[in-house]
Amino acid sequence: MSGQRVPLRPLSRVIEARQKGESPDYIERENLRQRHEAERDKLRLRAEGRILVVALCFLLGFGAIGVRMGALAASEPQEPDTILANAVIQTGRADIVDRQGRIMATNLLTNALYAHPHEMVDPIAAAEGLVEIFPEMDYDRLVAQLTSERRFLWLRRSISPEQEQAVHDLGEPGLLFGPREIRLYPNGAIAAHVMGGASFGQEAVNAAEIVGVAGLEAQFDAQLRDPARAQNPLRLSLDLAIQSATEEVLASGMGLMNARGASAVLMDAHSGEVIALASLPDFDPNARPRPLTTGNDPSQSPLFNRAVQGVYELGSVFKVFTVAQALDLGMVTPETVIDTSSPLRIAGFNIRDFRDYGPRQTATEVIVHSSNIGTARIADEIGPDRQRMFLEDLGLLEPAPLEIVEARTGRPMIPARWERLSTMTISYGHGLSVSPLHLASGLAAMVNGGTRVTPSLIAQDQPPEAGQRVISEQTSTQINAMMRAVVDGGTASLAEVEGYEMGGKTGTADKPNPAGGYYEDRVIATFAGAFPMRDPKYVLIVTLDEPEIVALGETRRTAGWTAAPVAAEILRRVGPLLDMQPVIAPAVVSQLSSHIE
Amino acid sequence: MTEMAHGTVLVQSGEAVLPRWWRTVDRGTIGCILALFAIGLLLGFAASPPLAERNGHPPFHYVTRQAFFGGMAMIGMLLVSMMPPHLVRRFAVVGFGAAFLSLLLLPIFGTDFGQGAVRWYSLGFASVQPSEFLKPLYMVTVAWMVAASQELAGPPGKRLSFALTLVIVGVLAMQPDFGQAALILMAWCVIYFVAGAPIILLMGVLALAGVAGVFFYNASEHFARRIDGFLSAEVAPNTQLAYAANAIREGGFFGAGLGEGAVKWTLPDAHTDFIIAVAAEEYGVLLVLVIIALFATIALRSFLRLLKERDPFIRLAGTGLVTLFAMQATINMGVAVRLLPAKGMTLPFVSYGGSSILATGLAMGMILAFTRARPQGDLADIFNKRGR
Repeated sequence: MSGQRVPLRPLSRVIEARQKGESPDYIERENLRQRHEAERDKLRLRAEGRILVVALCFLLGFGAIGVRMGALAASEPQEPDTILANAVIQTGRADIVDRQGRIMATNLLTNALYAHPHEMVDPIAAAEGLVEIFPEMDYDRLVAQLTSERRFLWLRRSISPEQEQAVHDLGEPGLLFGPREIRLYPNGAIAAHVMGGASFGQEAVNAAEIVGVAGLEAQFDAQLRDPARAQNPLRLSLDLAIQSATEEVLASGMGLMNARGASAVLMDAHSGEVIALASLPDFDPNARPRPLTTGNDPSQSPLFNRAVQGVYELGSVFKVFTVAQALDLGMVTPETVIDTSSPLRIAGFNIRDFRDYGPRQTATEVIVHSSNIGTARIADEIGPDRQRMFLEDLGLLEPAPLEIVEARTGRPMIPARWERLSTMTISYGHGLSVSPLHLASGLAAMVNGGTRVTPSLIAQDQPPEAGQRVISEQTSTQINAMMRAVVDGGTASLAEVEGYEMGGKTGTADKPNPAGGYYEDRVIATFAGAFPMRDPKYVLIVTLDEPEIVALGETRRTAGWTAAPVAAEILRRVGPLLDMQPVIAPAVVSQLSSHIE
Repeated sequence: MTEMAHGTVLVQSGEAVLPRWWRTVDRGTIGCILALFAIGLLLGFAASPPLAERNGHPPFHYVTRQAFFGGMAMIGMLLVSMMPPHLVRRFAVVGFGAAFLSLLLLPIFGTDFGQGAVRWYSLGFASVQPSEFLKPLYMVTVAWMVAASQELAGPPGKRLSFALTLVIVGVLAMQPDFGQAALILMAWCVIYFVAGAPIILLMGVLALAGVAGVFFYNASEHFARRIDGFLSAEVAPNTQLAYAANAIREGGFFGAGLGEGAVKWTLPDAHTDFIIAVAAEEYGVLLVLVIIALFATIALRSFLRLLKERDPFIRLAGTGLVTLFAMQATINMGVAVRLLPAKGMTLPFVSYGGSSILATGLAMGMILAFTRARPQGDLADIFNKRGR
């Protein structure tokens, strides 16, 4: 705006206009218009200049980025020991041992191989030699890299002593070794899911950091890396020999039954210490495979821990919980007669039994014959609220607090609305999905005299205090007698191992079809047992995924024919390892229980 | 065109829509955009399989999705570019209202996808980030306000638009999404600058932004960590920045080769924020220079066309939109080469992201609509050689 204000109605022009008889307003309007246009022109010219400035700024910005990109690309990768000069890489990860002190995971000193191309005498010959030692290397690419201007190149993260010697024999001064500790699992795939695995974190020429990526290694990463505790190995509750025997028997059982997968849990019934935890198929934690790339189902990966992460409807094994609660509430005694007339119709849904044993059975017979109808009637008396509280007290409705990172993902699947029908189906193990580990700790509370246990993989030096009481000691004794009767002449008679007084319950659950409903011919077969039944010390869970075996001229899938004999075989193998004396003339616990009453 | 007699046949004057569009639109820019989009898909083949693997999808899941959304964005862009400027303005202002409302409702209905900032609406098959759509619509709205203030007895548009900007910046900072907030504030400054702002005032706003930066640095850990990462001379070797720089080094000028890149396995944001690092590693810096040239061409061509524009609204809106686009590209690439602090910002048309590519397509459509060749000024102006 010019300093001198020009009036919108100059007097001289107004007078002139008046003399001509014109309205002076037009003069004002015309002047306003001109002033506005002048202003607009000024703004436009200024805007032109300023847009040019903005455009130039962007041109400079793009140019700077381009130059910087070029400079970065032209620069050479630095040797990592200079990058990490002031960062200390923590080495010396603590070992992991089993309850007897046998090594489960340790560190091995190997070497990493890297190159200084500028120090090489004959890069072509070196490349030829390297390709011979490491067939997976690409010759052309190696030649290009070794003859380039760069001053540093990683070749292999860790190499074996034989390979190291072969590289030495090349006699090339530009090939160098950096000490590298690697995590070694000397037992290979044994307890793979528990160990998890480790990989390298920060890396430099002279050292690399080992970071746990799964299982115990990830859960206890901070503790294992702590330099102050590097000399104290992490002592597990697992027993290497028992773990190994369990996996071996389970694998052959899985093969024999043509099952897709299998899992087993052996737990101390009083302390909750896990003695063996197996999930098949498994993997070698020394070379942990990448997660599956195809398909959406991680549960088909060998990395998947079926015993901890896998939640399944486990079927009739749940009847133990239902009857135990009813006994504890004083609603039934082992001799109470239950109406088991078939079918039981509820909310448009028929509950049937696998085999009809007549319209009236005692509570013990309901367990021994595995009657869905009888259990559902008992659960109906208990009601949804009390059932839910009971299962919650057993820890069956939340992820098990086991010390591996995967345990958090083993979240039980609970019905959205816990109603009458849910109560009745849950009573025989449908409509609620839990992991085999959940079942183990739940069953431990039933057989150990009635106190809750917390599953743990860490060896406990002194026996832990008894947990929260969930059922009375008397109920525990009664339920033990029932479970003994199941093996001693009931559905799980193939689980009998002479001298060990195994007791338990079978469960054969139809697998849910992802498309809706249930498969007719695919089951999860579970045996949930404890031994010795006179005073149970251990709980053993065996689960087989889609087992099938032809026996007595028929294709059998039920747990009594599949999971129960595998459990018996496991007990036969691990019984002696557990320092247990077989009882020569076993007293039948079912008779014993009558003394108590 | 008065009808002189009842019942005469209406004769359409002028050319048909499509030929006129083809004659007047900035075809060079369209070419550059299509090239960028193609490069983005090519990079998606390299960068996204690791992510797809992690999320349990088939390896090229994200590429197919990107092609689908990108195709929609291209169609949208061409349709918008055919609209006359006043129609664009009308839709944009209405759309801005809707986008602003959905931004305000985010804390109630939005989701954070476990990333610590509520920025998205989840629609099941896809998610929408309202702030992506808000940006271009906001630019047009602000240009409309500021241009109106230059009319005789116009509303106080500059002050109104500043107030609006502060509100939006506040809402975005609450999410927290400091990148978008800073972007919007800077874009407003550019519009204000072009609209003839006194230089002293602009300095004041910049100082204010600095003060706000210091405040958030002290108040927000998220923000402080990123700035610290930038300011420290040594890059910790296991940060995103170091991986990106390393990837560019590994690639050199001609790239490590297709599928040979390693950075995509380590960088969680390889397919979005650090796509340029993947490009540099697998295809070499030459491809990156091509990408930079494409962005610069789009920005400069549009700016040069806007220089000649006489309509204040079109000039301001166009400038604002181009600024937004170019600034986003500069920030994204500047972060990868450590010229700027780390900031989650997508590379327009190249990064993966449905919301991002759709919104960018919309913005480019508006730019194309504003930069179409059209008669400038009145005949009298031209005859009198006013302003020239």
